[in-house]
Amino acid sequence: MLKKGETAPGFELNATPDQKINLKDFLGQNVILAFYPADWSPVCSDQMALYNEMLKYFTKHDAQIIGISVDSVWCHLAFQKDRNLHFPLLADFEPKGEVSKAYGVYDDESGESKRALFVIDKKGKIAWSYLSPTAVNPGADGILDALENLNKN
Amino acid sequence: MSSLKPEINSQDHITGDSAASIEIVEFGDYQCSYCADAHPIIKELLDTFGNQVKFSFRNFPLQESHELARPAAIAAEAAGLQDKFWEMHDALYDNQYRLAEDLFEELAETIGLDLDQFKKDCDSESIKEKIEFDFESGVRSGVNGTPSFYVNNEKFDGGAHDLYQMLKESGG
Repeated sequence: MLKKGETAPGFELNATPDQKINLKDFLGQNVILAFYPADWSPVCSDQMALYNEMLKYFTKHDAQIIGISVDSVWCHLAFQKDRNLHFPLLADFEPKGEVSKAYGVYDDESGESKRALFVIDKKGKIAWSYLSPTAVNPGADGILDALENLNKN
Repeated sequence: MSSLKPEINSQDHITGDSAASIEIVEFGDYQCSYCADAHPIIKELLDTFGNQVKFSFRNFPLQESHELARPAAIAAEAAGLQDKFWEMHDALYDNQYRLAEDLFEELAETIGLDLDQFKKDCDSESIKEKIEFDFESGVRSGVNGTPSFYVNNEKFDGGAHDLYQMLKESGG
């Protein structure tokens, strides 16, 4: 798993069937990458629901949150609509798990992303990373602490 | 392990024994079914161990998932201004199965609130700020779902049943 100080690997993934998101687009802004195993599974849903409530806190720190799993864009769309999520979910679908692998958070056994968080600074460097046990929602206190530390520097 | 930030203070609603050495804080959402399931267990816990436990509740409404969670939290806080927070808290969980916009005034009447004052208080900014403050305190404390419990300022790894069990084993 990539650690603090390393350069965040670039990627371009679909957020919707006809919209791609490139990490480069966020240079100059902080980015929170939340890798999670799957749409619809109960823990992830709580995790994404929590982030959804926290957008204004992230905005305050000039940070964009992005969810990533190996689910397809259509699955993400349905999940997003059902849960009323107001941030992008990216499909690490083809080649499967490529971005998760680049960040060192792909679980070969389950064929899903691990539950991992990265805070990337405005220059594209990893400022904080955290791997959570798959069954545990990591909450958001670590993300907020990392964003606050960034602003202090 | 995550710890409670800030610790229990004068802004919090307290029940049980305010001088007890065991402090429990619940972060909850009035529209969350897991919280409603936990509610009777917490009531029983307070009946049994209430003289050893200081219990507090902070709001953690997931508004995007539960559209009535915040209005319900407002109703509870407004009841609190008439010293009936816990009465409204209980009524909201007991009636969660029929939660609706028009339920709040009905419950306010049932628990004997001054209705005009209640309606006025439901619009007050200070109540909205209190709920925001509770939510932010939850985020800071590492709340990752509802209900989340804290025992003596440390996040408790378990639900209401586990809490009850812990108190029983600690000699209650």
